[in-house]
Amino acid sequence: MNHVISRRRMLGALGSALGWIASRPAAHAAKAAVQNVLASSHAPKGYDPTKHKWLMCIDVDRCIGCGLCVDACKTENHVPEASSFFRTWIERYIVKNPAPGGIDARGEVLVDSPNGGRNGFPPSLVPREEILRSFFVPKLCNLCEHSPCAQACPVGATFDTPDGAVLVDSNYCIGCGFCIQACPYGCRFLNPETKTAEKCSLCYHRITRGLKPACVEVCPTQARIFGDLKNPIENDPIQEFVRKNKVFTLKPHLGTEPRVLYANIDKEVR
Amino acid sequence: MDPALTPVLQAAGEAHHLATSIEGYVYPNEQNLLWSVLIVVYPYITGLVAGAFIMASLVRVFNVKALTPVYRLALLTALAFLVCAPLPLLFHLGHPERSFQVMITPHTSSPMAMFGFVYAWYMMAVLLLELWCEYRHDLVVWSERERGLKGALYRLITLGVRDLSPAALHLDERLGKVITVIGIPSAFLLHGYVGFIFGSIKANPWWGNVLMPVIFIFSAIASGMALCVVLYKELSWFRRRAVDAACLDEMGKFLFYALLVDFTVEGLDWLHRLYAAEESISVLKQLAEGRLFNTLLVIQLCLGTLLPLLALGATQILPGRIPVWFRQRIYYNSAFLILVGVLAMR
Repeated sequence: MNHVISRRRMLGALGSALGWIASRPAAHAAKAAVQNVLASSHAPKGYDPTKHKWLMCIDVDRCIGCGLCVDACKTENHVPEASSFFRTWIERYIVKNPAPGGIDARGEVLVDSPNGGRNGFPPSLVPREEILRSFFVPKLCNLCEHSPCAQACPVGATFDTPDGAVLVDSNYCIGCGFCIQACPYGCRFLNPETKTAEKCSLCYHRITRGLKPACVEVCPTQARIFGDLKNPIENDPIQEFVRKNKVFTLKPHLGTEPRVLYANIDKEVR
Repeated sequence: MDPALTPVLQAAGEAHHLATSIEGYVYPNEQNLLWSVLIVVYPYITGLVAGAFIMASLVRVFNVKALTPVYRLALLTALAFLVCAPLPLLFHLGHPERSFQVMITPHTSSPMAMFGFVYAWYMMAVLLLELWCEYRHDLVVWSERERGLKGALYRLITLGVRDLSPAALHLDERLGKVITVIGIPSAFLLHGYVGFIFGSIKANPWWGNVLMPVIFIFSAIASGMALCVVLYKELSWFRRRAVDAACLDEMGKFLFYALLVDFTVEGLDWLHRLYAAEESISVLKQLAEGRLFNTLLVIQLCLGTLLPLLALGATQILPGRIPVWFRQRIYYNSAFLILVGVLAMR
């Protein structure tokens, strides 16, 4: 029965080869876990992400759509100039008057974001008398507690930091774009120069050095409120914000639990 | 794979400063069409692989003797397309040189990272092993006959197992059967998993759907069988061999049933979407009536599904009335239409 043994041996060898291949990922999964901690994040030495929990609140009623935040973000983070790459952008919502005698309390709702709102907003083509109300909504990474993008990344190049930011290690990203498809808020894009995924990092290089994100820094109306839940300051603006406002998150039904809180948005905002 | 977004993008581009309605609005970052034709091709190819394998398994496991002439063809088709399947993905990556990271540092929560495992399993444990068992007898014979490089290659592929005793051949046969039995769920896994990659995207209402893997599997089986029909006809013509009519009839039969199930499942999906009429339905309707009208309704539904369904159905209901040559032409054309239809769906 020599042949049977030889066959068995053959299969055995194949099996162990497969086993070896299969065990490699386990070994590297451990490495990936380590890598998650050591990943390049632009934080200074000595910064301990477990001692912070960052939060961004947006007061929609305060935003005037000036676009300074978008401009500051593009400059600070070297975001590609083209009008389809933004780490943060502003949307203008225009609610039209309802048709007279109709059954709706409010008319059609229009949205636009010319150049992400970077140059402010040109007057709307909708005649003034047809507008019921209009407002601006700044958008950025929603800092999801359960981020679909980090879940989808096949190599762990996108990861949640313990302090609430969601970062991309551009030295490890393979540029597959799955995270971009997975983000329900459209916050990601593939940088055409680096060919890697890119997104709002909460200006991680700034906040880990005690500064505010660029967009918060330049906002003239304090529509963006930023703070550290673990280290509240005196008269903390975040505490005041959540005390005075009814807050919402975007697309709550997706279970992403965003950490960007909005006040005063309308039902149409997605 | 992103036809779903295209019309929205167009609308946004044209009416950028006009402000669009809520349904037509697209986030500025999503104006970049990211997943394009290359990503469409990938699930299409793996679908063909899975379908061709199911065709082969009909012979091995379900003992459909009439299909024996296409058994090897189906297996080799599966292998050839499986080898090419990752290429479109690779070319699409922003950093193809980092692609191996998916294999060595997979992120276990990502459906895409499972690609390495599923692909390797299917390729190594199923297809290659089955082909080896199937061809081992021939390989040994050829390796003795051929000299030089070709002979060396044959000797290499036998992996040193050169025993041709009846007992050994019997073992080959049995192993082949066992592997096919393992292979069927594996083929489902391979393609169901591709469906999962898309279906698990909750950000996209067009894809985010529990039925997605199932739809993918059945359209895969239909398209894979259709591919076998087309290849068989064309290869027979190329090799100047007569087509086995009974075999083709059998293929036509299974193609019909596969297509029928595919049609039903997809119909169910649409019925459910229309009935549930969730928030996204207005966007989907807009798409179906606008930019997707041609690919979705005309090519996929009418040409790729209903027409072949009717034609194949006719051959099933009235087998005696339709002459053989005409039947074969129906099979061939239907199969071709199905291939186009499934591509349009992707």
